[in-house]
Amino acid sequence: MADNGKKIDIEVLRYRPEQEMEPVLQTYTVPFTDDMSVLQGLQHIKDHLDGSLSFRWSCRMAICGSCGMMLNGIPKLSCKTFLSDYYPGKLHIEPLKHFPIERDLVVDASDFISKLEGIKPYIIPKEPRTLEQGEYLQSPKQLEKYEQFSSCINCLLCYAACPQYGLDQKFTGPGVLALLQRYNADSRDDARSDRMEVVNADDGVWGCTLVGYCSEVCPKQVDPAAAVNKNKVNSTMDYFFRFLFPRGGKS
Amino acid sequence: MNTRKSYIRPMEGWWLKNPFYIRYMIREATSIFVGIYALVLLTGLVSLSCGEASYNNWLVAMTNPIAILFHLIALAAVIYHTITWFAVAPKVVSPLFIAGTRVPDMFIVAAQYVIAILLYLILFAMVWKV
Repeated sequence: MADNGKKIDIEVLRYRPEQEMEPVLQTYTVPFTDDMSVLQGLQHIKDHLDGSLSFRWSCRMAICGSCGMMLNGIPKLSCKTFLSDYYPGKLHIEPLKHFPIERDLVVDASDFISKLEGIKPYIIPKEPRTLEQGEYLQSPKQLEKYEQFSSCINCLLCYAACPQYGLDQKFTGPGVLALLQRYNADSRDDARSDRMEVVNADDGVWGCTLVGYCSEVCPKQVDPAAAVNKNKVNSTMDYFFRFLFPRGGKS
Repeated sequence: MNTRKSYIRPMEGWWLKNPFYIRYMIREATSIFVGIYALVLLTGLVSLSCGEASYNNWLVAMTNPIAILFHLIALAAVIYHTITWFAVAPKVVSPLFIAGTRVPDMFIVAAQYVIAILLYLILFAMVWKV
């Protein structure tokens, strides 16, 4: 690493359950260059200053969704954020908000994972095609209806941005509802009616009060707030049609 | 043996910690002024049904500086709410396509302002009979 003499103070919220009852702050002074990400700063701490610091990371290029954390109070991917953006000030790092802290910057994401499983996040075709029948065809217009939502990398930044999720963990939350919309809006999928149960539930889209911060912080421009609020319209229509045709339109 | 002991952080004062949340809470709080304004309007209707004298009393009460100040605040609250409402409309509507291309969100937001201004012009023309 080229040493240009610049150093930044990184203050990390640490929590080691075997020795602390609640999280404590620890500050590290880290030498850095302008091309270094926050993640690289943390890696410098782990390699040279304090090997006991725990945090998640994998790809270093904003696609695995592992390294989300609160940087000066804002949820960001640490691999996609530069240390120089915070210099000469201090950088304060906390684990993602609204999730239980497992250790240091590592949060327990099991609630998100189980909710994700609950929406069947895969294409369920009406009639599976055999290899001989070939691929499922889709027009560019059909692709555009869901493509944006398919960019989600499950990084949880939107959950850390959502106060409704923080106040009530039962709320399905922005990321899962965006992925639900990704499959419901896919012309090759036919499991919409199964997923509407999640949408219509009290903890589904109606748990959202359109704070809208989820879409601001999304590192992949997914716009979960749009997915949730389009589904408020869908949920209302669904209710209305079930009211009109209680037997699904069949006599 | 399970030695996990995760820590859950408190939520107290969450909305003061980010300007985005503060703007959200202001948006939600505008409903208080809209609610009071609706009640004021309702008392106007009730006084109208009670006869000319009571309606004139209500009109006089509305010229009170406090009433005027309240209406100015309520107007500001409604305008703020309207701007935030128009801004989120593209999130609610299904993707619109014209001749195969998707209508950009900005067009949907702008269209609402155009429609609102047209409606206000018609309304003012009807009220003042220009």
